[in-house]
Amino acid sequence: MLRFLTLRLLRAVLTVTICVTAVFLALRLAGDPAEIMLSVETPPDVRAHYREIWGLDRPLVEQYLRYLGSVARGDFGLSFGDDRPAFAAVADALPKTFLLGGCALMLALLIGMPLGILAALRHNSAVDRFAMAVAVLGYAIPIFFLGILLILLFALKLRILPSAGSETPWHLILPVVTLALPLAGRLARFSRTATLEVLGKPFIRAARARGVMPLSVVLRHALPNAAVPLLMFIGIEIGHILAGSAVVETIFAWPGIGRLLVDSVTTRDLAVVQAVILTVTVVMVAANLLVDILHILIDPRLGGFSRSMGRPA
Amino acid sequence: MSAGLDLAVVPAVRPHRRPRSPVVTVSAAFLLVVVLVAILADWLAPVHYTTQNLLARLKPPLTQSAGTTYWLGTDQLGRDILSRMIYAVRTSILIAVAGTLIGAAFGTLLGFVAARMRGLVDQTIMMLVDAQAAIPALFLALTMLAFFGNNIVLFIILVSIDGWDRYTRLARGLVASEQEADYINAVEALGASTPRVILRHLLPNIIAALVVQATLNFPGTILLETSLSFLGLGVQPPGTSLGLMLGEGRRYLLNAWWIAVFPGLVIFLTTLSMSLFGDWLRDRFDPTSERS
Repeated sequence: MLRFLTLRLLRAVLTVTICVTAVFLALRLAGDPAEIMLSVETPPDVRAHYREIWGLDRPLVEQYLRYLGSVARGDFGLSFGDDRPAFAAVADALPKTFLLGGCALMLALLIGMPLGILAALRHNSAVDRFAMAVAVLGYAIPIFFLGILLILLFALKLRILPSAGSETPWHLILPVVTLALPLAGRLARFSRTATLEVLGKPFIRAARARGVMPLSVVLRHALPNAAVPLLMFIGIEIGHILAGSAVVETIFAWPGIGRLLVDSVTTRDLAVVQAVILTVTVVMVAANLLVDILHILIDPRLGGFSRSMGRPA
Repeated sequence: MSAGLDLAVVPAVRPHRRPRSPVVTVSAAFLLVVVLVAILADWLAPVHYTTQNLLARLKPPLTQSAGTTYWLGTDQLGRDILSRMIYAVRTSILIAVAGTLIGAAFGTLLGFVAARMRGLVDQTIMMLVDAQAAIPALFLALTMLAFFGNNIVLFIILVSIDGWDRYTRLARGLVASEQEADYINAVEALGASTPRVILRHLLPNIIAALVVQATLNFPGTILLETSLSFLGLGVQPPGTSLGLMLGEGRRYLLNAWWIAVFPGLVIFLTTLSMSLFGDWLRDRFDPTSERS
């Protein structure tokens, strides 16, 4: 297990390194940073001065090593939007996105899981078909369209919820719902499949044959065994939540990392752009690492602590 | 000689075939309409998508002005929403199809290379796949747009980012298991060249799974294009795309909901139909799928 963890950690570090290298190469391919960052009217001597400050006159390998070093220190340069360190802008925005994404994940779990499990228990019934229809509608609707419909309905028509900003908890509702509904749809579909699979296993039939209460079969036997695939699924969904945040935060003027990226792409604030993308990479890699570790802990077959929890009784 | 060996290429027959639900038929019909609209845009659109009528700005659906009926209303410049949408469907579908083809071709090629070469090449490719999976496609596309600026060629390549890693993984897995099969060993023993083995024997056997993957991936590709255009970082005016229309309409929600809602509806119905159709296709044709 320790060996697995070490290997997994090494792979995580490797993935991050690949991404940092790719960003560095893309930046260099994009052209002379001095040309992009400085305005056209900058005099040549000022430009040369900046090239020296940024180390652009050094060999490429040295530039790369310096880049790795500064990235490791969290130094991405200054945002030319407001002249503060790019990483500070990211550090301000990240908790907002975590709040939004965390609430959306919770809400999606609360809606999607019961819906999917219910559909599996009433397999091929009207309940099942209704739940799956809702799920398909939920995950096929583009997030920006859903957001606009919600604004039209709740902010402009009914006038009961604010459509933009982050001042009060009320401001959280529409963006969270927009982010959560498609996720809930995917979760419902997924937990239905996972539950159906477990329900077909011999130990469930054995439990039923012994006369275990149907509810108990689900809660004590089926659910713990569906937990591992669910965890994997959530790991994948973190990427969807982050991608969705770029759109949702822009629509609802939520000051998170997605909106920061969109804004800095629009103004070509490259320092902030690379700070965002590398932070997102680290967050994603860390999240997947966490999922793998949780997997070991939950799954008794991998020698975790929860020996009694998921074992077929 | 290989004609006899090709008999090994027998399509998988499924004993239980579910009846096709009317939902799938409706989805397929809608997709057909979308494709026809994209092809016939020049003949279908009542007016050109850039034609302005400044006397009829922000008019609701079914407005008549100067002898023209604006079935779906007009935008802030008095342009016909219906005509703009017809051309927008063409742009969005073209970009999504091109993106899907590029992504599928590139990803599949890498999958083949990884499975055939193995060793270090395989590991390097799979490392890239892992790295790709670590960054949401939308974020990667946004970053590239910031670095390289916006142009249509780059934009189509960026749209193809969504999912190449899935084709690579799929093709690699399928080829790795398929090339152990006796008929491949036989063909290779008979001296068939690697390109011949790949094109004549391996590819036909895994193409069904790849096509299904492309179908399932297509909604995601459309959403990537529309999301970027919606954010103002994709298709640029005076061009038009469904996402761009929605993004422009967002500013007029209070007094002209129709600018945003109709294009949004078209995107929604297209992605919905495509995923319903893709699910059916997977159940029907993909022997590797295991769905309940």
